[in-house]
Amino acid sequence: MKKTLFEKIWDSHVVESIPDGPDVLYIDKHLIHEVTSPQAFNELKERNIPVLRPDQIVATADHNTPTENQHLPVRDLLSRKQLKELTQNCEENNITLYGLGHPYNGIVHVMAPELGITQPGMTMVCGDSHTSTHGAFGTIAFGIGTSQVSQVFASQCLLVQKPKKLRVNVNGKLKKGVLPKDVILYIISKLGTNSGTGYFCEYAGNVFEEMSMEGRMTVCNMSIEMGARGGLIAPDETTYEYVKDKEFAPKGEDFGKMKAYWETLKTDEGAEFDKEYSFDAEDIEPMITYGTNPGMGIKITGSIPMEGGKSDAKALEYMGFKPGESLLEKPINWIFIGSCTNSRIEDFREAAAYIKGKQKAENVNALIVPGSRQVAAQIEAEGLRDIFENAGFTLRQPGCSACLAMNDDKIPAGEYCVSTSNRNFEGRQGQGSRTILASPLTAAATAVAGKLTDFTTQLN
Amino acid sequence: MEKFITLTDTVVPLEIENVDTDQIIPARFLKATDKAGFGENLFRDWRFDKDDNPNPDFPLNQSEYKGSILVAGNNFGCGSSREHAAWAIKAYGFKVVVSSYFADIFKGNALNNGVLPVQVSPEFLEKTFLEITKNPSIEIKVDLENQEISIPSTEISENFDIDSYKKTCLINGFDDIDYLVSKKDAIRKFEEKRKQNIQPATQV
Repeated sequence: MKKTLFEKIWDSHVVESIPDGPDVLYIDKHLIHEVTSPQAFNELKERNIPVLRPDQIVATADHNTPTENQHLPVRDLLSRKQLKELTQNCEENNITLYGLGHPYNGIVHVMAPELGITQPGMTMVCGDSHTSTHGAFGTIAFGIGTSQVSQVFASQCLLVQKPKKLRVNVNGKLKKGVLPKDVILYIISKLGTNSGTGYFCEYAGNVFEEMSMEGRMTVCNMSIEMGARGGLIAPDETTYEYVKDKEFAPKGEDFGKMKAYWETLKTDEGAEFDKEYSFDAEDIEPMITYGTNPGMGIKITGSIPMEGGKSDAKALEYMGFKPGESLLEKPINWIFIGSCTNSRIEDFREAAAYIKGKQKAENVNALIVPGSRQVAAQIEAEGLRDIFENAGFTLRQPGCSACLAMNDDKIPAGEYCVSTSNRNFEGRQGQGSRTILASPLTAAATAVAGKLTDFTTQLN
Repeated sequence: MEKFITLTDTVVPLEIENVDTDQIIPARFLKATDKAGFGENLFRDWRFDKDDNPNPDFPLNQSEYKGSILVAGNNFGCGSSREHAAWAIKAYGFKVVVSSYFADIFKGNALNNGVLPVQVSPEFLEKTFLEITKNPSIEIKVDLENQEISIPSTEISENFDIDSYKKTCLINGFDDIDYLVSKKDAIRKFEEKRKQNIQPATQV
């Protein structure tokens, strides 16, 4: 039978199927963090159930951590308690933890790929919806709730209904200044925030084939924003090159054996999808969002759509925008380059290349937050720190930061922030904050101009 | 887990689409390490203004609406996977959420906490909102056994889907951990077989 990439991986992980019910799906890697794991550990303790496979779990501290003075005790007492519980739970259960200050610490979806923990053909879960990021490696990766975290602790398996199959093709040549973030924001703006619900999405076409792993991660990361449980891209030479030599990747002969297996992970010619969409790369331009869900996106030179129901009107009122309005020249006081969507070295290289020799506008607070200690070290090694600091940008220590504003990195009420994160929900970046999602390049250009501009005319 | 069979109760309408889990429970309340106390912060930033005064326009603050059934607009529970959203809904006292569409992760989280997400047609949802406008204290009946939702004082009723495994769990008060732990032998066998077929990934 002809199978899709998704089916090949899924089927090889099914322990058993319940008739007219879910599959018992085996999980290769389980990533955990401080916010969604404590109640799961408690559940196990209450029921007196041990963690079945501690060596298949990796923990990090990221959601709740400060991005300044990480060497000092965490000031916020609730955050400190949550981090302490994570440390205790990991110690008690023999789970590897890359806590605050560890050279491998970082946002869970940045640190696992860069350590080679993420590998093609795996099933991976984490109590975080952006676990879909790891699909960039040809991996079935999806976010789970805390009850499911305890289920994986107890059994290394999950009960899940097999999702339907969706494919999104993008072919052609991307225009100058169009980054992977623009590609995924464009797709979501066309398909809406629930078109993917009940589906797992494969991204195909030369645009994804030509993308770096960092770019593929940005795309797969936002699969959840169209409702899809996850997204994935077939592994290829770009994938193998990235994984090779990473800390926990198979080495030598083992790598060769695994690569031979990974090469079979492709959708068979003629395999069927339940739903399929195709887009032309030439139609995509730098994108921004204007509303309070990631589907409310337009090209930066476009206008806010006229029609819309009650919920759209509520979103525009929150954002302080009007139907038909262009957002060009709109003054912006905050930009944030970071989050599990865009905090990898390539994102900072893109931003730095634009910023070099320029200054941020006076009205702008520009926050740069690397995704991991390793990315922070790369920023240093490549001399990007000087570029950011000379331009007046603030470079912080790694973490989720202003993407969800659980720590002190918040955007003030009523202010606009051009953000490379993944969600523009009401209050996401702090109570009353107004988020405009965009690529690292758009964020950098906005910081320099102090307003939204059509920067593509200035690109070489 | 508490058993769920049938429920007839008054409702709270929330006629907003794409209600994301950041609205259900904002991230700043996720610092707790237990499941208690989330109910008071359910829909915090819609329910209260910035000075913590109740917003009189929000249905949860309107005395004509009460009950354990929440009726919400299309695509309820999208966004973050935080189960705190399901805990907040349950702790507030809701046992059923009715919408024309649920995000996958929220749906699973709700079911794992004994809160029943009932997915209805857009037409049914529209009619329900209309009936609630006419009579704020109207009752809705949810019959899990027969997979039927109805408004008993009217002719309006519809069947809803739920997978039979989850239905059995809810009716009997079982949860997934009980089931998975009972499968330990099958899981061990699977691990053995997998080791022989594919090289295991390098352990961390």
